[in-house]
Amino acid sequence: MLKTFPKGGIHPEENKITSSKAIKRIPVPKIVYVPIAQHIGIPSEIIVEKKDKVEIGQVIAKSGGFVSSNIHTPVAGTVTKLDMIVDSSGYKKQCIVIRTDQKNESNFEVPDFPLKKEITMDQKDILQHITDSGIVGLGGATFPSHVKLDLKNDNKVDCLIINGVECEPYLTADHRLMLEKAEEIIVGIQILMHALHINKAVIGIENNKKDAIAVLKEATRDDKRIKVAALKVKYPQGSEKQLIKAILKREVPKGGLPMDVGVIVHNVGTIYAIYQAVQYDQPLIERVVTVTGKNLENASNFWVKIGTPIKDLVAEVGGLPEGTRKIVNGGPMMGKAIKNTDVPVTKGTSGILVISEEEASRQESKNCIRCGQCVFVCPMGLEPHLLMNLSEKGLYERLSDEDVMTCIECGSCSYVCPSHRPLLDYIRFGKSIVKKLNTAKN
Amino acid sequence: MADPIIISASPHVHSARTSKKVMYDVLYALIPAFLVSIYVFGISALILTSVAIISCIVFEYLIQKYLLKTEITITDGSALITGILLAFNLPTNLPIYMIIVGSLIAIGVAKLSFGGLGYNIFNPALVGRVFLLVCFPVQMTSWPTAIENNLSIDAITGETTLGIIKEGLMYGETMTTISERIPSSMELLLGLTSGSAGEMSALALLLGGIFLIVRKVITWHIPVTIIVTMAIMTGIFWLVNPELYASPIIHILSGGAILGAFYMATDLVTSPMTKKGMVIFAVGIAIITVVIRLFGAYPEGISFAILIMNAFVPLIDKYFKPRRFGNKIKSKII
Ligand code: SF4
Ligand code: SF4
Repeated sequence: MLKTFPKGGIHPEENKITSSKAIKRIPVPKIVYVPIAQHIGIPSEIIVEKKDKVEIGQVIAKSGGFVSSNIHTPVAGTVTKLDMIVDSSGYKKQCIVIRTDQKNESNFEVPDFPLKKEITMDQKDILQHITDSGIVGLGGATFPSHVKLDLKNDNKVDCLIINGVECEPYLTADHRLMLEKAEEIIVGIQILMHALHINKAVIGIENNKKDAIAVLKEATRDDKRIKVAALKVKYPQGSEKQLIKAILKREVPKGGLPMDVGVIVHNVGTIYAIYQAVQYDQPLIERVVTVTGKNLENASNFWVKIGTPIKDLVAEVGGLPEGTRKIVNGGPMMGKAIKNTDVPVTKGTSGILVISEEEASRQESKNCIRCGQCVFVCPMGLEPHLLMNLSEKGLYERLSDEDVMTCIECGSCSYVCPSHRPLLDYIRFGKSIVKKLNTAKN
Repeated sequence: MADPIIISASPHVHSARTSKKVMYDVLYALIPAFLVSIYVFGISALILTSVAIISCIVFEYLIQKYLLKTEITITDGSALITGILLAFNLPTNLPIYMIIVGSLIAIGVAKLSFGGLGYNIFNPALVGRVFLLVCFPVQMTSWPTAIENNLSIDAITGETTLGIIKEGLMYGETMTTISERIPSSMELLLGLTSGSAGEMSALALLLGGIFLIVRKVITWHIPVTIIVTMAIMTGIFWLVNPELYASPIIHILSGGAILGAFYMATDLVTSPMTKKGMVIFAVGIAIITVVIRLFGAYPEGISFAILIMNAFVPLIDKYFKPRRFGNKIKSKII
């Protein structure tokens, strides 16, 4: 029996249309727009000025605190503007605009990094490299990675979990990376195990990626400390809490962190970035992005420089098809709809999904028929119909008592509701109010 | 770009499941039982069901349009289902006006006065049925004999199986002598007996019930728990004294137990939301049903049992919540 988390979950249409498409490079963008708030936490501080010349990989905004991250320029060129640009959140955010120097060869070299297995750095150096290289969670959470690795001396972390689940429909960025960079990912895992003194690591992969499971099993044959766990296909298994439960049967307590049950979770993309940072001193300036949608001509996976406007990516797959009604930064379950394709790719962009008319429109919300589907599918054991009701009525005290804050916003409830009730919309709204009230209280 | 780009919050996809599809699945599930009913009772079953359906829909329309002045919801399929389920719980020779009264009570009182679909506490069809039972006890408990047909059904009586047993036992008969007058288990299974329109064939109802479970409209928890609990309870009495108590098989195959367990108790709106809650709810229904059947005045009793337990659903939902992830768990480190 394949492992999975026990409570709730759904199985939306997988639509992994790009899973056999090797990761390609797109032409270097003429202009990049690098936002300074690409991660969870404090935005970075800009350390360049207009007209500055920058070299590829140079720090252009430095970490603004502990929970923050450095940002490096993905191209060599000239800073043309410090501007406010709408990012995928829909809000204007501060951005460093850099024009690519067309004459600078470093921009057009295709990087070649042969596999480097030997780990020469000590623990301190490794952590320093990860901090300096601006690495954040690439699965979408964008939590600065060094924060997760900053273990107190009394920590009891005994297991590293590598998240290769990619449970979002459509997305295949992690899948491709696992296939194409399996050996590197294993070295990345070994680097972290070395740095954290952990002797056990498990790579969790859903069983719809049998090829990746096979490749990684092969790559781990010499290191018995690393296991590959094939998981049943079920959304939202990529959520940290559900993944830990699925693999180790440990349950992160309410309001707690994976560390509380002795686990650290990192996405495969992050692990690859860590490998690059430690073995080749490469900062995080590019990532894999799946550009996909049922009506796209050449949907595929790409190595994309951070700050590339999404329109460059769309052009690469044959342009927006007729009847496009929605463009999503991320997957269909948790991604954010964006207004236009000027929005740049950031560290958290795992995919661009183009949705057509038929799929995009929401149906009218009807009365709750108390069918209980939302309750069955909620992986956190919540009662979404009740939470929506309380949020609608403004009963925030009760909303808080009903554990609204533990909602992971996976959207399973809204997905399944036969009455098309916008459950998560109301729950999100309720959460934001409860959060405000809680901060006010303290 | 010609068409505006839609900005809305995630999720951006939806399962193809809609309330309407759920209602249609229920409808399909009722087809086998309906066919058996027509086979056994002929045209009268057709008339009964049509009258109930039409009056439920018409009442919903009229009340929503002229009295409540709200949105008309007759196309969502729920009034249609209420009509069918009400009909299934009535004798086929009931006077037409009574069917209409029952529909009015079901739709007007049990459903719309509570706020419409989703807000009603009691199963509308059962409220309609029980109202008629209380107001017109004679008509509601005289069942037609099934029409003679080329299969020459012989085990036909004007009373329900459980009715005969109850009466017999009251007059001091034993099960051995009574059993000569009641249909065999096989006949009960196939529906070649007497009773309300839709409760005839346990087999046809089971078929539809399994369909509902396969289509994930209902889960097994309520029907299976009701049937198992009833079997255990009636089984104990039967083992203690088989001359005074009917066997579990008779109890389960007759008196609308299957209809109640699979179609009435599982009504989404009026049953609990969690699986734990469903089991509690179902055990309650089974116990009340058996108590009414063995010790009460009515031979059947599952309708009353369901309505009584309907009243407890808000309470059950309050106390039997799903287990919250990460609640009261000590971090266990191996
Ligand atoms: S309530 Fe939150 S955690 Fe539960 S299904 Fe809905 S979005 Fe997911
Ligand atoms: S899934 Fe929708 S209709 Fe069903 S109980 Fe939840 S909110 Fe109500």
